[in-house]
Amino acid sequence: MREIGSKTSIMTGNEAVAEGVRLSKVGFISAYPITPQTTIVEKLAEMVANREISARYVEVESEHSAMAAVFASEIAGVRSYTATSSQGLLYMHEMLHWVAGQRLPIVMSVVNRAIGPPWNIWSDQSDSMNQKDTGWIQVYSESNQEAMDTLIMGYRIAEDSGVMLPFMSMEDAFILSHTSEQVAIPDQELVDEFLPEFRLGFKVDSDRPMGYGSYSTPDGPFMELKKDMMESMWKSANVIKKVTREFSEILGRDYGGLIEEYMTEGAEYILIASGTVASTAKYVAGKLRADGRKVGIIRIRYFRPFPAEDIVRATKDAAHIGVIDRSVSFGSGGTVFNEIRAALYGRSDIPVTGFVAGIGGRDVREEDIEEMINLMAAGKEGTVFINTRGDQ
Amino acid sequence: MPTSIPEQELMEPGHTACQGCGATLAMRYVLKALGKKTVVSVPASCWAVIPGAMPNRTLDIPMVYTPFAATGASISGLREALDIRGDSDYNVVGFAGDGGTADIGLQSLSGAMERGHNVFYIMYDNEGYMNTGVQRSGSTPYGAETTTTPVGLDRNFKKQQKKVVADIMMAQGVPYVATATIAYPEDLIRKVQNAKKVNGPKFIQILAPCPTGWYYPPEKTIGVSRMAVQSRMFPLYEYSSGTFRLTRPSKPVTVREYVQSQKRFSHMDEDEIRTLQEEVDRRWESLLEKETH
Repeated sequence: MREIGSKTSIMTGNEAVAEGVRLSKVGFISAYPITPQTTIVEKLAEMVANREISARYVEVESEHSAMAAVFASEIAGVRSYTATSSQGLLYMHEMLHWVAGQRLPIVMSVVNRAIGPPWNIWSDQSDSMNQKDTGWIQVYSESNQEAMDTLIMGYRIAEDSGVMLPFMSMEDAFILSHTSEQVAIPDQELVDEFLPEFRLGFKVDSDRPMGYGSYSTPDGPFMELKKDMMESMWKSANVIKKVTREFSEILGRDYGGLIEEYMTEGAEYILIASGTVASTAKYVAGKLRADGRKVGIIRIRYFRPFPAEDIVRATKDAAHIGVIDRSVSFGSGGTVFNEIRAALYGRSDIPVTGFVAGIGGRDVREEDIEEMINLMAAGKEGTVFINTRGDQ
Repeated sequence: MPTSIPEQELMEPGHTACQGCGATLAMRYVLKALGKKTVVSVPASCWAVIPGAMPNRTLDIPMVYTPFAATGASISGLREALDIRGDSDYNVVGFAGDGGTADIGLQSLSGAMERGHNVFYIMYDNEGYMNTGVQRSGSTPYGAETTTTPVGLDRNFKKQQKKVVADIMMAQGVPYVATATIAYPEDLIRKVQNAKKVNGPKFIQILAPCPTGWYYPPEKTIGVSRMAVQSRMFPLYEYSSGTFRLTRPSKPVTVREYVQSQKRFSHMDEDEIRTLQEEVDRRWESLLEKETH
């Protein structure tokens, strides 16, 4: 890893994300505290108090209001940020649609946490997977460094004139949010070179009065506006690749594209995962490869736009595909599993197995990954819950 | 000829409100008081529809449309962002109905007022979800029939007293709180202008009679608005810097006369009218007491 113009520090994922917000020169922050997001907003409040960032921080009374406040500040032309988790993200749901429909390039961090009841504060992707249809770009990181870098890239991608969609950047609860690792913090000048100043094509202006979000009849532009969101989402795939490349040129770290492939070449069994579960899967794949078993891993970074083409290409020579989901659609299957099968439909006869694992923070261990590979090798299909206890 | 009301018009003809709509006058007067350097945030409400379908608009100011519960938070974000931009001279106004204020928007309103942003929150009170088809809100008065409090075999008219948000705002310590109504435009405009002198949150509740939901002829809107004050059903007051001032109606009328002007109360019997009169008297006494403190 090249580290140009940066200083290295040991920090948690949440601290790294806060550094990313500072480096992105965000002007307005509004948030409501929820475990395990809290240390992001605490750190930002501290940065504001110490004048390390020239942003205003508004402590609202709910997540719905947090998203409503950043919605309004972006319409007024100020780069804005918020962060949440779990129930808080669900409480924002209405505003998520509103922000995307208004085409505001807000960036938000989501620390992935389970949804109750029962109460559970641990890692699980049900919160953000429940928002997949809101029109937000979604990306899942597997390291603190990636969480910080993705946030900075997020503003570039979201604010691209061909995209203009909000950007949701995920990190796993506690595994990233509260675990310290080495992070290279780039110099401000480098980030400034990569990320231009915020400028929308519109903003609140009494000399050019406009209605922002007035109603549309069935014959009005409503359907066309939604179609444009779809097209912009597809277009964002290329923007993501371009911006990721530029990031690597200026800041020296290359995250590839929408997916990361690990040992997929010649792989018989390919496991698809996202977040830190993918790190464990990669480690296990390395071990199994050493034993002569042909295992490869695909890590989904971007879930929206969905990387269907990349996945079809990367899996075309596999004998069996497994998908690890940290969320489930009751009565259907794992969220990612369903989308993978839809992507492969008509283009591949490779069997796909869905593994629901790590729900509510249940540990996804090496032996769980091995069990998945063994189940695939045994030709198991459908949806399987991994590491559940028979007596509970 | 000098007029007591600013001549500047920021509301264009061609809006889509009902005939005799009180809410349109409320907006028109508020904007006359504040002028062009104003941005308005409007949640789901009659006013989200009145300007017409995109790309039409009826106001010569920027207007931000928000979901129902978002008014308080949206004006918070607008205010701070405009200040960051260096545009502190903008008036930032939340303009919400009574459902969007007394019910679903109360938390967001309370949060915004507590944080102390330099904003106006105008509640135009037509005492029900009128845009949605005349359903009961917390701000609907005792006795009113609505589509969700219908009078059938069981007389299910609203049995609870009106929740008065302006009183809640005073209790919360909002620095400027007032009530007004469209029958008294000079008073309404003066209150908005007084509010502007306060650097902080301002809350004004404007009674905006609704012929469609209150069932009276559209040409009676101003008369009904005036009777609401004269009957003390809707007392006019101003609370600023800890001083409370109550307006005494010059020609008092009874609650009976007021309810007889609208079909929504037409089912009320003598006992029920008396119950309402007693509540009105009780509240009036408590407001008088506020004045002496």
